Amino acid sequence: MRAASTFFWRRPYWYLALLLVPPLLWFGTVYLASLFALLAQSFYRIDDFTAQVVREPTLATYQLLVTQRANVDIVLRTVTMAIAVTIACALIALPLATYMARYASGRMKAFLYVGVMLPMWTSYLVKVYAWRQLLAKEGIIAWVFDKLGLTGLLDALLATPGIGGPSLSSSYIGMFLVFVYMWLPFMILPMAAALERVPGSLLQASADLGAKPSQTFRSVVLPLAVPGIAAGSVFTFSLTLGDYIIPSVVGAPGYFIGMMVYVQQGVAGNIPLAAAFSVVPIVLIFVYLSIAKRFGAFDAL
Amino acid sequence: MTAAIEFRGVSRIYGEVRAVDDVSFSVEPGEFFAMLGPSGSGKTTSLRLVAGFDTPDRGQVLLDGQDVSSTPPYDRNVNTVFQDYALFPHMTVLENVAYGPRVRGVATDERTRRAREMLELVQLGALGERRPAQLSGGQRQRVALARALINHPKVLLLDEPLGALDLKLREEMQIELKSLQKKLGITFVYVTHDQGEALSMADRVAVFNKGRIEQLAAPRELYLRPATAFVARFVGSANVADAALAEKLGIAAPFAIRAENISVLGASVAGWGDDVFAAGAVVAVQFHGAASRWQVQLDAGGLWSALVSEEGSRQLAELGVGSRVQLTWPRAAAVPLQG
Repeated sequence: MRAASTFFWRRPYWYLALLLVPPLLWFGTVYLASLFALLAQSFYRIDDFTAQVVREPTLATYQLLVTQRANVDIVLRTVTMAIAVTIACALIALPLATYMARYASGRMKAFLYVGVMLPMWTSYLVKVYAWRQLLAKEGIIAWVFDKLGLTGLLDALLATPGIGGPSLSSSYIGMFLVFVYMWLPFMILPMAAALERVPGSLLQASADLGAKPSQTFRSVVLPLAVPGIAAGSVFTFSLTLGDYIIPSVVGAPGYFIGMMVYVQQGVAGNIPLAAAFSVVPIVLIFVYLSIAKRFGAFDAL
Repeated sequence: MTAAIEFRGVSRIYGEVRAVDDVSFSVEPGEFFAMLGPSGSGKTTSLRLVAGFDTPDRGQVLLDGQDVSSTPPYDRNVNTVFQDYALFPHMTVLENVAYGPRVRGVATDERTRRAREMLELVQLGALGERRPAQLSGGQRQRVALARALINHPKVLLLDEPLGALDLKLREEMQIELKSLQKKLGITFVYVTHDQGEALSMADRVAVFNKGRIEQLAAPRELYLRPATAFVARFVGSANVADAALAEKLGIAAPFAIRAENISVLGASVAGWGDDVFAAGAVVAVQFHGAASRWQVQLDAGGLWSALVSEEGSRQLAELGVGSRVQLTWPRAAAVPLQG
């Protein structure tokens, strides 16, 4: 035992290798290799007559993806939803995370952190189906609107072209609500972590130099929370882009990227198109991160 | 003349702790005022009350004759140099310095010009485009100073500003701060736990202990005539005799005697004149260069120290740890203490 300890103490690189080899093997082979195997599939195509995958490098599948109106619509629909969900999550999370990180203390803080994470301990499917009940035509939300005499407002909302529908549970509004509910913790936690790292003396210094609270928030708190917002928005954005359960349980009948991947690789057996669809979120996240970097979102890291 | 800062019976209480306990004092315009004390003595809380980061539970804080007890920090003509400098990490040095004018609505050209001027003043003219993370501790300290001075405050508050710097840099900055204060004529309030710093820089020093001011006086007065046992120990590292020990030594009242006023004699040497003698045993001898500190356990009680010059130590060569010695000092060198 002592001899082994001495051996590694004298050779720090061996020690580091011992620590890092298992996770790197996992990351390198199981994770990255399978990801690239999947992505490679997107450069094959399916033969229309035999329904067999033709294993020759080609961009035909991508051509199909960007030229077919239905496919483009799916991408646009999903991206629009992901952007809307991300913005809503950021707007709801910012005041809450600010309170959790800067004002709450002791029991209140513990209560809020547990409260934010508690929903994640429940099955994802249970939550989605529960939301379908809540949003249904005879569900509790419609009932509350009814009791408050606001049924007209709900109906007007559901009559909105594009995002409305016969009931909340079968409209994009309902789907949006479920997405925001599901991914909110993924926005709150990184944001709160970023805000916790801001030393209190920076806020005092800002006030000391003559900044009113709103100016301090704009010039000091917000820029320093941006890395947290960026991290959180990568979660909410990518989770929305890839999800296939929420769009299939709640909301209007139009396909989303995740559903398309599921359908293409399962029922339709078109693995190349499924792979091409799953490249879309990866590319979009890369684009999003490079824009965020250009705007200096990670400068404070 | 209206006082730059005035405390009138100010108390700040956190739960059971009286961080500041019925404190009253005033600071004259243009004065270099030090608040000295150990941690938790109320000096930093007092500074926060002046800056407006905290509000008093009782009493009033006045700035320039105006009661500002409930005025927020951004409406006070006071700026602060923070202990951790509190530079904004997402801004360049120039943006940091220009922050004050910026939030007060000064146009970009004007505030950039003023920020460059301030950077020149603290000799950092070339570093405006850097980020705070790219600077050394001493440079950050200067940026914090420039940023706090750009609004032309009437009072500059400094919260242990040199605490994080090494000794040599600290001494240089002490001289620089003092000359800067003279040049600008601004009132400086300087919080520190280092009595050397307070004594060497300040016009007057308030010694804090347990939320109260023990003594407020000029440095020389504080050193030569400490009013209480706490001040004698904290400021002068003096030996203190309480009432019981003083009586055993044949003196009526409690007193303090500084280490450099005490001589060490062998146990058998006969005394002379009116000097006071106290017998004891040597516990330790610490070499400090020009002088050595002899720690002696008195037979009458109390661990005292005497500062003996290099010359004196040579004459005491045969004495060491465990030796029986006498401490002696002129009766007039002892400073009587209150209570």
